[in-house]
Amino acid sequence: MNENESIVSLLQEVQAKNGYIPKDEIYRIAAEKGVSPAKVTGVATFYSQFRLSKPGKNLILLCKGTACHVNSADGIAAALKEELGIGGGETSADGLFTLEFVACLGCCSLSPVMMINGVAYGSLTPEKAKRIVREIRDSNDGKGA
Amino acid sequence: MLRIVVGMGSCGVAAGAGRVKEALERAGAKPGITGCVGACYLEPIVDLYEGAELKRRLVKVAPEDAPAIAAAVESGDLAGVERLAISAEDEEFLSRQTRIALRHCGVIDPESLDAYRAADGYKALEKVLGMTPEAVIEEIKVSGLAGRGGAGFPTWFKWNAARNAKGDEKYLICNADEGDPGAFMDRAVIESDPHSLIEGMLIAAYAIGAKEAFVYVRAEYPLAIVRLEKALGDARAAGILGKNVLGSGFSCDIRIKAGAGAFVCGEETALIESLEGSRGMPRLKPPFPAEKGYLNKPSNINNVETFANVAWIILNGGAKFAAMGTENSKGTKVFALTGKIRRGGLVEIPMGLTLREVIFGIGGGIRDGKRFKAVQMGGPSGGCIPESLLDTRIDYRELGATGAIMGSGGMVVMDETTCMVNMAKFFLDFTARESCGKCVHCRIGTRRLHEILTRITEGKGREGDVELLEELCRGIKDGALCGLGQTAPNPVLTTIRYFRDEYDAHIRERRCPAGECAALRKFKIDPAKCKGCGACARKCPVKAIAGEPKKPYAIDPAKCIGCGSCEAACRFGAVAKA
Ligand SMILES: Cc1cc2nc3c(=O)[nH]c(=O)nc-3n(C[C@H](O)[C@H](O)[C@H](O)COP(=O)(O)O)c2cc1C
Ligand code: SF4
Ligand code: SF4
Ligand code: FES
Repeated sequence: MNENESIVSLLQEVQAKNGYIPKDEIYRIAAEKGVSPAKVTGVATFYSQFRLSKPGKNLILLCKGTACHVNSADGIAAALKEELGIGGGETSADGLFTLEFVACLGCCSLSPVMMINGVAYGSLTPEKAKRIVREIRDSNDGKGA
Repeated sequence: MLRIVVGMGSCGVAAGAGRVKEALERAGAKPGITGCVGACYLEPIVDLYEGAELKRRLVKVAPEDAPAIAAAVESGDLAGVERLAISAEDEEFLSRQTRIALRHCGVIDPESLDAYRAADGYKALEKVLGMTPEAVIEEIKVSGLAGRGGAGFPTWFKWNAARNAKGDEKYLICNADEGDPGAFMDRAVIESDPHSLIEGMLIAAYAIGAKEAFVYVRAEYPLAIVRLEKALGDARAAGILGKNVLGSGFSCDIRIKAGAGAFVCGEETALIESLEGSRGMPRLKPPFPAEKGYLNKPSNINNVETFANVAWIILNGGAKFAAMGTENSKGTKVFALTGKIRRGGLVEIPMGLTLREVIFGIGGGIRDGKRFKAVQMGGPSGGCIPESLLDTRIDYRELGATGAIMGSGGMVVMDETTCMVNMAKFFLDFTARESCGKCVHCRIGTRRLHEILTRITEGKGREGDVELLEELCRGIKDGALCGLGQTAPNPVLTTIRYFRDEYDAHIRERRCPAGECAALRKFKIDPAKCKGCGACARKCPVKAIAGEPKKPYAIDPAKCIGCGSCEAACRFGAVAKA
């Protein structure tokens, strides 16, 4: 048994390469592992990290953990909605941003916190959050990174 | 010349430590790095060392401060940076702690094996390789070390069971899933002192007879994965990890497995399912992992903080560890102090201190002059402890008696502006989404709890809702297979137990005493403070605000939906809850 090739690991590889899990890859993994595509889909949909559709150029993870909740993460979510027009799990119309809610980024002392493309931004206010995404959008020239 | 060290844990980086480090480099300095010292509220932190002695700790450093720091180090005259030096009061946040699991965090360079070795690293492993596995387990037994992942089970007992289980193929697993939102000590240990985790794991692997080990790390911790990967590589290259550990004939390798985002995978049997590549759904126990774990082979699972204590215990003796704490709870425990606290971060203290000593003594109490209301411990499995119980000691049993739990060490502090019904709703939203779906009571019961809590916070609560919640809670506790479901009612039960008046106010008076529930609050403008700028009126989504420029504006209470946009918009503090 080579668990380097567990279904979870294979899906992680695919997502690392594509940013999401294209449908074809689910069939390929199923064939490779000798299991049904339903089983692979079952695994892919069980874990929140796996995405089945193409994300925007910039991935925003907004923390909605306990510490961030107590320090008004909902206000940051509202600010991002105002600025980008998207809620959790949605991608902006220009394809630049995908917003996802996560349960804790481990920077609770700096709550509320969001992480954009792996970089954490702490002690957010609604204004600061808007400014950060605006800066990224402007540096992207509207075309993406 | 003084040595400059920048704190580069995730929280430091989030506060801007990366930019500070770059600025220092531009200013001609050669800064080294360290992990997280745990005083997160003071980040970014820059330490100045003379040899091994900390000369000055500079806090809340900005990139603009870099030239002054570089110049001070160059000249040896620190006058130019004294304004950044940590205050005596903040110094106490650290000096009042007793650090064992965090002993190297924020002190040594986490990316350097040499630095770890210079701090007595891998000496405990050397010692253990000359002992019998039974003697190692006995030392851990003497220490009284209990699992830091939540359940608090005696560590020696689990090691012994795995050691005695039949079979030659045994596995050791480190649980670094750290699912409690509000806890981050495991992340800090891996990012700041990865070799101490590796050393603790190798000692455990030797004790139980495992040749293969895994660290299951939460996907949201990219930096921890990078640092651990490097540490594993360095240890392997130095002959500490892999075949023939330190020439002893004992072999064990450790691999990283990244999680994929599911809270339930922190539960040990679900974690094993996930490691095997399946949906992370808990298994029925028994058989326990010690008998049938990963690939149905005997396995032992411990938490990161548990492992981080092991090398210290071996070097200093179990008795020294057991000398700290209470009758039932030995040694130290790390807490992540967050929320409405003045000084937030990681706090490691001997068991037996009271909650008051931790929250008010070390944490400095509530910020912004507000009043303490409750502390949430144990995350989604735990509960809210009120002010009247602040003298409860940090002890597995005493905390358990409050209805909360020690848990993994999350301590989220709340003030008078936090609504306790909304807090319960927050946790049930979490558990309802994270329920794996195997058990009906957990899958559907948590949803129903969430629905009832939602209607209460929306001012649609009914007489009898509290009793209904309690009845559902009992059913879920009885009908759930794993700890997630069994403990999911705790946030509801403890808030009902200690804050019944808040539930009643929502249900009977349609009032949220904390003023947090939007459906139950209104805003008004103080004419004395209003400058008539109109900013609030432009933000109001329902056009409830009107007025003439330069004259006080007013909110129509019949239209106001309590969203609070106006309060956020006003720069003069003229808007307040009615
Ligand atoms: C729903 C659920 C989530 C859990 N999450 C974690 C976790 O994130 N980290 C952890 O170490 N233990 C977690 N546990 C506890 C583990 O099942 C297990 O008891 C622990 O990892 C054993 O290690 P220890 O004895 O060193 O504490 C969780 C338990 C449950 C029921
Ligand atoms: S109690 Fe909940 S999370 Fe645990 S096995 Fe049952 S359904 Fe899954
Ligand atoms: S934003 Fe403040 S100052 Fe301006 S009109 Fe509204 S209440 Fe008055
Ligand atoms: S709760 Fe938001 S980072 Fe931990």
